[in-house]
Amino acid sequence: MADEVTLLNTWPSPFGIRVRIALAEKGIKYEHKEENLQDKSPLLLKMNPVHKKIPVLIHNGKPICESLVIVQYIDEVWKETSPLLPSDPHLRAQGRFWADFLDNKVLDCVRKILLTKDEKEAGKELIECLKLLEGELGEKPYFGGEKFGYVDLSFIPFYSLFYSFETFGNISIESECPKLIAWAKRCLQKESVSESVADPEKVYHFWEQRKKKLGLE
Amino acid sequence: MWALKLKGVPFEYIEEDLFTNKSELLLKSNPVYKKIPVLIHNGKPISESTVILEYIEETWPENPLLPVDPHERAIARFWIKFMEDKIPIMFAFFLSNPGEKQDKAKKDCLEVLRTIEEHGLKEDKKFFGGTNIGLTDLVFGLLAYQWELMEEIVGVKLMEVHSFPRLHTWAENFKSVSVIKENLPDRDRLFARLKGRKEVLVGSSKSH
Repeated sequence: MADEVTLLNTWPSPFGIRVRIALAEKGIKYEHKEENLQDKSPLLLKMNPVHKKIPVLIHNGKPICESLVIVQYIDEVWKETSPLLPSDPHLRAQGRFWADFLDNKVLDCVRKILLTKDEKEAGKELIECLKLLEGELGEKPYFGGEKFGYVDLSFIPFYSLFYSFETFGNISIESECPKLIAWAKRCLQKESVSESVADPEKVYHFWEQRKKKLGLE
Repeated sequence: MWALKLKGVPFEYIEEDLFTNKSELLLKSNPVYKKIPVLIHNGKPISESTVILEYIEETWPENPLLPVDPHERAIARFWIKFMEDKIPIMFAFFLSNPGEKQDKAKKDCLEVLRTIEEHGLKEDKKFFGGTNIGLTDLVFGLLAYQWELMEEIVGVKLMEVHSFPRLHTWAENFKSVSVIKENLPDRDRLFARLKGRKEVLVGSSKSH
């Protein structure tokens, strides 16, 4: 039976990029539907009635929402290829902990930088978070160890936003967290990543426009 | 704690004093957040409640608390995340005193309750996941017992039975599970503790 896989997404979303990388890692063919968030499609509203947000994965007609829930779903359904989470429960817990850190602490800073006037303050807080992540990475090539894994996949989409963070937040991630930059470049050598991430300059212009519209410039 | 008991896993419980004196063990086990809960299994710490729940589920697969079907699991995880994200809203209501902020907090809370009632719970299912209690129910546990007391302290009832029949039925089902029933804290003690918490954090409405 052929699987029908559709992804409802918008190009700048780091959450959507996570799902795209996961699908690419597993070699899954899917239909990509670009949503206009100012004019959400009836399909999106039907598939995610609670949040009305992207990304949404639709697999054989059934919707799955929330990027990390989707990634874990993909890992469980297509479990024979390229596992994203390790098999040891303690290592899996560590992976989930850091992904959760990204979606709480880091995302808080990201929101402040992109959607408020407290960009410089938030920039400093972001550096603190990034330093913690750099500490967790240590000397390993990836957060997952020798192989690209769940935390790497959850974090690398934010790399497309680094240029925006640096410009709005008046910080230099390269000088404060050089190991993270090295890690990012290593991830970008993977086809599944390079083909899925958004162009940093395009992303910056997108947010620059957004900030103007919100009167934050 | 409920998860461990549902699985019949023996454990040692260490009460932490969060406000004045966090233990060395806590600070060492959770250096990132310095918060509870922390589970320490064979010397290795795991933090963040939902991460701990998934760990418990994977390490002790007997009496499963997550469905087997990947799509059902995804739905369970969706609602776990939903509740996790909404806890600040529920607490904002609890800590509010009469005024504009409380009106907003009431509105936000009602919306959360409505979403759960309409989309999270199904007519024919006893629990969030179906016929058996699961991780999702544990995460929503606050609404089954503690919430009523919190509403009483605020002096505003939001979760009325006629507006939220499914939630009320679910709460009764949840509290009837023997492991839950046997571990519910004493009502009066819990009430006093919650009231005390609010006073420490916000001050009583008289002093506002």
